This record gives sequence, C-alpha cells and structure tokens, in this order.
Amino acid sequence: MSFYRNLSIRQKQVVWAWAFLAVPILFYSVIRFYPTLNAIILSFQSWNLLGPREWVGAENYIKLWHDPVFWKVFRNTFVYLILGTPISLVLSFVIAYQLDKTRLLHGTLRALYFLPFLTSTVAMAWVWRWFYQPVPIGLFNNFLASLGFAQVNFLNSTTNALPAILLPAIWAGLGFQIIIFMAGLRAIPTSYYEAARIDGVSGWTIMSEITLPLLKPTIVFLVVFSSIGFLRIFDQVFNMTTNNPGGPLDSTKPLVLMIYQTAFSSFDMGYAAAQTVVLFAILLVVSLAQLRILRDKP
Amino acid sequence: MKTFKTLTCAAATSLAALVASGPAWAVEIEYWQYIFDARVTAMDQLIENFEVANPGITVKQSTFPYADYRTKVAAAIPAGEGPDVVQLFYGWLNDYVEADLIQPLPEDRFPVEQIEADFFPMVRAMKIDGAYMALPTAVRSLALFYNKRMFKNAGFEAPPANLDELVEMAAAMTQKDGAGNITAEGFTSGMTAQDHHWLREVLLRQFGGVPYSDDNKTVTYNDAAGVAALKFYTDLEQKHGVTSSTFMDEPQAAFKAGRAAMHIDGSFRIGALKDTRGLDWGVAELPAGPDGSKSNYASYWVNAITSKAEGEKFEASVKFMEYITSDEAMQIWLDTVGELPAKPSAAMTEANLADPVFGPFVAGLGYAQTTVFVDESGQRQVLVDAVSRMFLEGQSAEDALAAAAKAEQAILDGYYNK
Repeated sequence: MSFYRNLSIRQKQVVWAWAFLAVPILFYSVIRFYPTLNAIILSFQSWNLLGPREWVGAENYIKLWHDPVFWKVFRNTFVYLILGTPISLVLSFVIAYQLDKTRLLHGTLRALYFLPFLTSTVAMAWVWRWFYQPVPIGLFNNFLASLGFAQVNFLNSTTNALPAILLPAIWAGLGFQIIIFMAGLRAIPTSYYEAARIDGVSGWTIMSEITLPLLKPTIVFLVVFSSIGFLRIFDQVFNMTTNNPGGPLDSTKPLVLMIYQTAFSSFDMGYAAAQTVVLFAILLVVSLAQLRILRDKP
Repeated sequence: MKTFKTLTCAAATSLAALVASGPAWAVEIEYWQYIFDARVTAMDQLIENFEVANPGITVKQSTFPYADYRTKVAAAIPAGEGPDVVQLFYGWLNDYVEADLIQPLPEDRFPVEQIEADFFPMVRAMKIDGAYMALPTAVRSLALFYNKRMFKNAGFEAPPANLDELVEMAAAMTQKDGAGNITAEGFTSGMTAQDHHWLREVLLRQFGGVPYSDDNKTVTYNDAAGVAALKFYTDLEQKHGVTSSTFMDEPQAAFKAGRAAMHIDGSFRIGALKDTRGLDWGVAELPAGPDGSKSNYASYWVNAITSKAEGEKFEASVKFMEYITSDEAMQIWLDTVGELPAKPSAAMTEANLADPVFGPFVAGLGYAQTTVFVDESGQRQVLVDAVSRMFLEGQSAEDALAAAAKAEQAILDGYYNK
C-alpha cells in the first residue's frame, strides 16, 4: 500500500487507467484473442469434435486451394460485396439527401425506412423466401401469372438466386445507413451552403465540392461497416435456402455458410478453421485497404 | 415443546435408519438424449418402469438441444462427466467408436447371434470388428402418404402398387392452370427431403443396382441401373410433369396443405400430419419396382454404453440397455413416440401390421436397407446437386450420376483413408 502512496499523481492516474483497462483487456483476451489463436492453430490440425486433434501441417490449406467449391464461394462472397456495398450506399445516400430536404411527414418516413433494420433477419428472410416461391403461394409469381406472364425462377436458379437474396439484405440495411447519412448531412455547417448560394454556384458543384467531401468520414465508416457486413453475410442466405443451403449448386453460398457447413454438418473442424482464417485475412485486408484509400486527403 | 423435540428426534432417527437401510449398492447412472418432447416422455416412462424392476438403480435423464448435443457429449465423456448410456444417430457411430467414447456391449449379455436373430437386419450396421457397439429401441422407415380426398375425386380406390401406377395416377391427379403452372401435384418431390433415401436405397435397387459395395467404402451406383433410376426420378418432373421440386417450398408442406396427392416420407411425419384439420390421408407401402421388387430405407437412433461407465455403473448400464431394447420398451416407444420397434417380434405383431397408419411402415421394415453414411448431409448434397445440374444446367442423367459418384467417392475416401 505504501508503494501506491509514494506514487506521483501522474503515476496514480496511470495505475487507475490500467486498472479500468484491465477488465476489457481480460475480457477480450479470454473471449476474442484466445479463441482466435486457437482457431489459427486448429487450422493446421484435423479434428472431428470427438477424437483428439492431430497435426496435419498445411493440408487444410492445400485442400482449400484445390477445392472448386471454395473458389465458387469465394467469388460469391465478393459478388455480395461488390454489388451490395455500392448499391446500398448510393440508394441510402439518395434517400437520405431527399429525406433531409423533406419536411412533410419527415419523422414517419424516416421511421418507415428504419423499420426493416429493426426486424429480425430470420423472419424477414422467410417472408421474402415465400414472396419468391412459384405459384400458387409466391406473391411475385402469382402477380406475374395473373398478368399472363411466365413465372420467374427466383430462388431455384443459378443466376437469379444470388441477386434475389441480396435484395432483401440491402433493403434491411438501408435504414441504418440512411440515419447515419442524415446525421452526416446535418453536421455540415449551413454557412457553407449559404456562401455557395451567394456565389451563385450550381447544385452539382455544391454536391461535389461541399457535400460529398465533407461527408467523407461518414462514407468511410459506412463503406467499411457495410463491406464487413456483406463479406459476413449468412442469415439471409441460410434462411432463404435452408432446404439446400447455399444452393442451388452453391450459387448463393457465401464463405461463412461454407464454414458453418464444414464445421457443423461435416464436423471437419480443422478444415473449417482454415476457411475461417482465410475469411479473417480477407476482412483484414479489405478493411485496411478501404481505410487507407478513403482516408487520404483529397 | 418437549414433545416437539422428541418428535423431531424420532423423525431424524427414523430418517437416518431409512437412508441406512437402503441398499448399500445403490447406484445412479446418467442417460443423455436430445430434446424431443415425445422421446423425453417415453424415456421417463421407461426409466420409471426400470427403476421399479431394479431397486437400487436410479437413472437420471439429461436432455440437450439437438444443435449442442454432439459437442456436449464429446466434451463430457473424456472428462469423466456425462452419460453412462447415451443416445446417438446411427450414422455417428464410427466417429464415437474411433474417439473411444463408447464401449462394446458385453458378449455374454448381448450375444451376437441373439442380436442378429432378434433384431431387423439393418441393425448389423452397428457391428464393428465382430462386436455390437450399440442397439436401437426404435427405427423409422419410409412409406407413401396419400390424400384420400384427391384419390376419391379422381376415382382411385387403392394407392399405387408399382412405379408405373404411381406415374399414371399422379398424372391423373395433377392440376395445372391455364399457363401450365402446377397448382396441385400428383406426387411430391424434393431431393432435399426424403427423396435421396428413396433414390439411393429404393429406386436404385428396384432398377437392378446396388448403391455401395459390401464394405460400404465404394460407390457402386454409377452404372446403367443407376442411370435408369435417376432418369425415372427426374422424368417425374421433366417428362411427365406430375411434380415440381420447388412446389410450395417443401414437399411435406404441399402434402399437408392438401395440394399434393402422394408424398413419400418417414414415420416421423405421422405426428405432424395427425392433427391437420381437413386433411384426410392414408399410408401405403412404397410402390414396387419394375420387376416387382420392394425396398425401403430405415434409419434409427441407437443407445450405447459410454467408456465412462465402469464397475457397478457398467453393470447397471448393461441392465438398463437390456430393458430399453426389450419388446416391452419398444411397444411403449411406439405408442408414445410413433417410432417403430427395432425387433420383428415387437414390430410385426398382428395389431401393428393391421394398423392402418403404422402397418405399411412396419411392413416396409421387413425389407428395409440402411445406408452407412459417413457424412449424411454431404452425401445428400451430392444427389441434390446431381438433380440440380440436370434441371438447371441441362446435364444428362449419365453425366450427372457420374459426377455424383465421383464426388461421393471422394467423401468416402476422405473418411476411410484418414
């Protein structure tokens, strides 16, 4: 105790800071870092959950490299990202920009856009799954059929299924992005706009010279956040294709679903861990790259 | 006050005497299964009966959600915790044996010849290196569910006896709208449901093929018989148009909603259909093949003694195993859960065979086959994908089956050549 008494105020502050920091550090070590390290070790082992773990070297990674399903899944994961992130960002920006100017029913409209974000993903995925069914139970196909058009195979198609699943995923995330964009728009001082108007600048110039540059921190946050979300997509895909998860013919399967199946249907934990490490690396690289590109001063 | 003291003292003494007079060899064993209400209720009743017949042994039942079950068992037994007797899916047996989680049933109490004489032949999949590792209380088989109202409207009296009749009758009962979209199916289909079992163990054999080699390590269905069986199955949708695999999302949903005339499913579906209002359904044996041959697929959950049970707990576990594989236990299981007895002596009783619902399932058990899966969902996926390639990418049955056989062989090799 005398040791503590002899410390300077500055040193005492440091001790207290560490005392408080120790709790989250301990928590993260046990809940995050230990399992992460363990998963990395497991990716070099073979384990079926029951027997002992056995070292197999890089075999899991070699298997992954030669697994055609993995490359298909890899491609799907990036299609979700490359379509999902820009579309959802552009849509949410346009909506937020217009909503920001609307005074009539502003609160109601904002609530309506936010509502899907509050809905359980599982419930939403199932409702959309039923929307997409063929006649006689599918809403969209019943509508098409009643107008005399041919049915569209939404989910049972290797080309349509992925966009069909992506659509509700984008829609569900829109509300959150709109709110963040609106907060960003509100944070831009109105004096800039007033000055621009006095100078007689065109609307497009205001957008490209004032609004977008000043929204950059918001955009960086949303791009990183939504990219991670689309790279980790699982709930929508799994729930909309439970009969044939990630199907048909793996055309909708994202990496997380492949990991889940390898681990908990095939009980090949080592192989699943190797896939997890790859996903971890992808997320890390994509996030770092985005932060770097988008943070550069213009 | 004094009387109260005396009374308390007397009560305490008698209680102590009661505890002491209990059998000195009282032993408690633990039983684990996953949570499924009817199964838990049935097991509670079996435990009660067993404890009455075996004073001194108590059985504690613990249940876990299906999703956590395997992980819990795997973590508990090596740690010396967990069950003495455990229930597991027959397809998991190899993994459990390899991990030394379960021990063979003692030969003196469960003689191999006796088991093979008493149980249905499919139970032989539980024999490893000449010893039985586990035994089921109940088994499940497939049968044809049919919608009596749709049959009556179409003028049919009896369910189809063979595959030709199945196609003919399904065609007569399929309804389509003006654009040719199916609005009611003659027959349900869905590789993701029970159809992969029907194709693998029933159709394939009826067309003259054999799905696997005797040691179950080699895929043998990539031949003319296999192609004929797959072609028959896919023709139902592609040529005859009596079914659609995507109709109403799931085949069982279509049947339950009264939008399908015929549906192949397992005995576990009985419970879900029993209380469906407005649905008048019957059950028939699976249609016979072109040569008149019958086949069926059976699956089951087994009970096994874990490697944790030793000494008197092992002795108690053996006694418990003997009881839960007895005819009496099997009948209780049938009445409570609706799953069929695993012994012909308990299953093929006149009452069971004459039962309009259980009868066809019980009859099917007599000629049922069991697939020795190493990764059931992986092996199912192989056939799901084969059919998808034919439907969505126009692949021929020959190519689809060849690719399926190759993919499934890779799964088997990955397991057996570890």
